[in-house]
Amino acid sequence: MSVIIILMIASICVAAMFLGLFIRSIKKGQYDDEVSPPVRILFDDKPSSLHKESKPNQ
Amino acid sequence: MAKTAQQTLSCYHCGDECNTIIKAHEKNFCCEGCRSVYEILNKNGMCDYYEISNNPGLSQRIKVREDKFAFLDEENIQASLINFRDDEQTHVTFYLPQMHCSSCLWLLENLYRLNDGVITSKVNFPRKEADIIFDHNKVSLRKVAELLTSIGYEPYISLNNLKKKTTSYDRSKLFKLGVAGFCFANIMLLSFPEYLGIDTKEQGLVNIFRYLNLILSLPVFFYSATEFYSSAWSGLKHRFLNIDAPIVLEILIAFGRSVYEVLSGTGGGYFDSMAGIVFFMLVGRVLQDKVYRQLSFERDYTSYFPVAVTLVKEEKDEIVTLPDIKLDDTLLIHSQELIPADGIITKGKALIDYSFVTGESLPVAKEMGEIVYAGGKQVEGNIEILVIKEVAQSYLTKLWNKEEKQRVVENERSFVHMMARYFTVILFSIAIAAAIYWQINDPSKTWNAVTAVLIVACPCALLLSNTFTNGNVLRILGRNEFYLRNAQTIEDIAAVDHIVFDKTGTLTTGRYNDVDYNGQTLSSDLKKKIASLAAQSTHPMSKAILKWLDVSQRYTVQGFKEKAGKGIEGIVAEDVISLGSELFVTGNRHSKNNQSSVYLSVEGELIGVFTFRNHYRDEIPVLLRKLQKNYSISVLSGDNDGEKNYLERLLGKGHQLLFNKSPEAKLYAIEALQQQGKKVMMIGDGLNDAGALKQADVGIAISEESNSFTPASDAILKADKLKYLYSFIKACKANKKVVLFAFVISVLYNIVGLSFAVQGTLSPLIAAILMPASSLSILLITFGMSNFLANRLRLK
Repeated sequence: MSVIIILMIASICVAAMFLGLFIRSIKKGQYDDEVSPPVRILFDDKPSSLHKESKPNQ
Repeated sequence: MAKTAQQTLSCYHCGDECNTIIKAHEKNFCCEGCRSVYEILNKNGMCDYYEISNNPGLSQRIKVREDKFAFLDEENIQASLINFRDDEQTHVTFYLPQMHCSSCLWLLENLYRLNDGVITSKVNFPRKEADIIFDHNKVSLRKVAELLTSIGYEPYISLNNLKKKTTSYDRSKLFKLGVAGFCFANIMLLSFPEYLGIDTKEQGLVNIFRYLNLILSLPVFFYSATEFYSSAWSGLKHRFLNIDAPIVLEILIAFGRSVYEVLSGTGGGYFDSMAGIVFFMLVGRVLQDKVYRQLSFERDYTSYFPVAVTLVKEEKDEIVTLPDIKLDDTLLIHSQELIPADGIITKGKALIDYSFVTGESLPVAKEMGEIVYAGGKQVEGNIEILVIKEVAQSYLTKLWNKEEKQRVVENERSFVHMMARYFTVILFSIAIAAAIYWQINDPSKTWNAVTAVLIVACPCALLLSNTFTNGNVLRILGRNEFYLRNAQTIEDIAAVDHIVFDKTGTLTTGRYNDVDYNGQTLSSDLKKKIASLAAQSTHPMSKAILKWLDVSQRYTVQGFKEKAGKGIEGIVAEDVISLGSELFVTGNRHSKNNQSSVYLSVEGELIGVFTFRNHYRDEIPVLLRKLQKNYSISVLSGDNDGEKNYLERLLGKGHQLLFNKSPEAKLYAIEALQQQGKKVMMIGDGLNDAGALKQADVGIAISEESNSFTPASDAILKADKLKYLYSFIKACKANKKVVLFAFVISVLYNIVGLSFAVQGTLSPLIAAILMPASSLSILLITFGMSNFLANRLRLK
């Protein structure tokens, strides 16, 4: 019996953790804009300043 | 400059066809503006911009006035625009309507590479906004705006920005949904022992499960469900039982009875059913909200007007915000600026584009001493006007304010709300009948049966069928770039029996594309000369002539002169060629209507006349033919009746054609139709239709760009999708059938549930299976059916 209770508490804690993460992601604005992040991730972050110095004419 | 070109080249920056080609850096550009954007990016090593998408820029042919953003140096204007400021940073959000592709996103987020003062910039793509954080010790707000403008993203700052901060998206429903989902899933899990039959010896364990359920249901009841309480309560306050009322009743009873059962130790209650209802209903609401986030249907004139204008004072010009304009002030209106208040021209010659207000597509010339109305856009040159009416009193703004007669309690007409009433009435009669029956036969079962009836008779399947079908239809229409304000609009569109079209900008493209030529035959050499001259001007008529001439070779033009509103002149291959109004070309004025014709003379000799016609959208004849079968059609136009014959041919007999209508006259025309008992749909574009759009049962605003500003309306339709209008209307009609079908199914579920409930044998297990099963199956049915119908209508 006691095992079940421990398991139950554990399972609810895990679920609550996910709920917490979900709430945090809403607060951080993850659901405000669903278009740009998938595009943004595809941009190569070139070390542009270095790039510029090595090839000043381009 | 390249003089000859074998084929038309497209601009490296914007992809437009180049009339005059500017070569730089081995690339072709159509204008200096595009070239300078390229050079700015090239200098900073940011040519990735051109690699992410092809020709990502927008044409820069119309230059932005240099001190356009001077008003951003004013403290009080800054204060109302910025979001946050401390010693080092300023946070500001700009609306950038030109944003359209992933290249834009990349460039705007790399602003810091163009200017040291910019710390970060983050784009919200659906809203076309950029949040920019900059160091105001290094760069001013004005400089940031000018930086954006210099790379082709001119911030749109309107009077509306002064009034309120842009509200961020309401996230509360998402929180509620998250909480409800968490509780619902856990309650389900913890209810299993109860359903599967736990050993009676383990009474302690049973109680632990029950109390845990009770605790988990509290956030659902007190937090997630508040959405419905407030809606039901506001309905009740207006003495109106809306669809949320029976849901709230059900939640209350299910919760009350479950708490009682748990506390008295008589049973496990119906917590899972309750949490399930709340969860599913919230899913519907969240999906519905999502479709509409970025669209604004509630625009008023302030979204169109600039924030500030230049006030002419004796000592020095001053920049004032619009609300501060007083009578008898003298305003300086720059080229391409909107006239903010009615006034008299005191200096300069005005050429005013009223297309925004009247739908008339060609600019009107006004002389000193004449009155100009707010809403017109000065096209070329600067003018000064003396204000004769304050901004809020102007002709245009008054028109907006007049239509503030909102359609109240429109929900009452709704099919679902009507059903909700019947539903509630029937539900109560069943509950009472059950109560009486058990009171007579077995009083101990009364309480049990009545509460069970109220719990299981769930209007949620009915409501879900409606929310989900509507939501899905809204999404399907949205995918086809037809955006409805809300679900009610679907029903309204289905009920329409009379359709009114605006002409300019709706049936026509609003551009003068069709050219007729009368006069001496043009030799191919002369054509080439005319084309060379016309290519020098950006006037829509010059462009149309250029297109009509269809010659790609050019001569060099010398001594080019352009007189605003009059015409152009230049020496091409030793011939003086003039193109323009009759007065400009011949020096006389004979014909009455010279607005839509351009005269051509070579060496002072009149050669011929180009006449212009509005270009009707290609698909219009087909659409009108389809619509004619089922609807009566009117055309309302602010223009003259020059195209009456053509329209009559298009529409056939028995349809109303009204010309020379002022914005109010359009509104009254709609009102008159409504008084004949007709359900009117109005389709229009400019502000001149704003009154009519609001008055109509369904007002659809046509927009060339789905995110550009449109007048307040029930729906926004992208111009090139107008041809699908007939299918859209059909889809709206089909919507009702789907809802009805789903409703029948939900009634069947209810009958099954109720048959258990009235006998007093509804176990929590049956309720727990029945509720999610009905919700899910309704969901699948509505999705499947509406998608199937959309497919049949060949909608995406």
